[in-house]
Amino acid sequence: MTLPQTVPFLGWSWNDLLFLVLATALLGTALMVVLGRNIIRSGLWMIACFATLAGVYALLGTPLVAAAQVLVYIGAISVLILFAIMLTQTKGGPAALVFHHQAWAAAIAAVVLGTLLALVVTSTEWPLAGEYAATSVRAIAQLLFSDYVLPFEIVGVLLLAAVIGGVFLAKRDEPRDEPYGEPPG
Amino acid sequence: MSESLDSYLALSALLFAVGTFGFLARRNAIAMLMSIELMLNAVNLAIVAFGAFVPSLRGDASVIALVVMAVAAAEATVGLAIVIAIYRNRRTPLVDEYTQMRE
Repeated sequence: MTLPQTVPFLGWSWNDLLFLVLATALLGTALMVVLGRNIIRSGLWMIACFATLAGVYALLGTPLVAAAQVLVYIGAISVLILFAIMLTQTKGGPAALVFHHQAWAAAIAAVVLGTLLALVVTSTEWPLAGEYAATSVRAIAQLLFSDYVLPFEIVGVLLLAAVIGGVFLAKRDEPRDEPYGEPPG
Repeated sequence: MSESLDSYLALSALLFAVGTFGFLARRNAIAMLMSIELMLNAVNLAIVAFGAFVPSLRGDASVIALVVMAVAAAEATVGLAIVIAIYRNRRTPLVDEYTQMRE
């Protein structure tokens, strides 16, 4: 069975439908991350947000970036953040006040910023922008190991430094007689 | 719609704005870090979109996006380690209760 050329009844191309669905899901899950009261649920919504973004990358014709998004963000960063959430959960459950008192000002600023950025990027003529085309994995691999081999190595060193720094910072100190200040509450 | 650069850039701008709101408004340090990840993802989306539509950037944009992902992973590692270290001393993940340096 073959699909029709356009979406039945709507007349859109399938890619347009896919883009609309992915964009709605991306913004919806991002809002759930930011607005949710329970931080564990925020972390789980963040995984959904990263997965949707991997879908957008696949739609843009960059399968390698989509795969890296799944591996790095869903596989590594999300797990790291979920573990950090579990380590810092207070016994009283989620805090009564999730947002700062000045959250309304932040909301206004974010709405203004989003509108401004969206207006600017859509009203600008991009002179170099041409036709959409997919990127082959072979081309990326050849670039990564010829022109960009020095940044590639530097990123490796940076990751090693980050691992060592993370272990050092999160390491439990020697037990002290008196802690810094009284814990609040 | 899926074949115009503008729609992807607008999507990226909106995602960045959502991340900005989360960073400014949330009290939990880890929620702030998650918002930073959202903003980094928005920037990555813009980079990849430019790569898909500008012929002279085709491969380079993907490489830059991969490097940004690796740097984001390093940032998350160190940031979360700092949050856990502070939590161990202060017993709270809420940033507005970190008043030690103000006193």
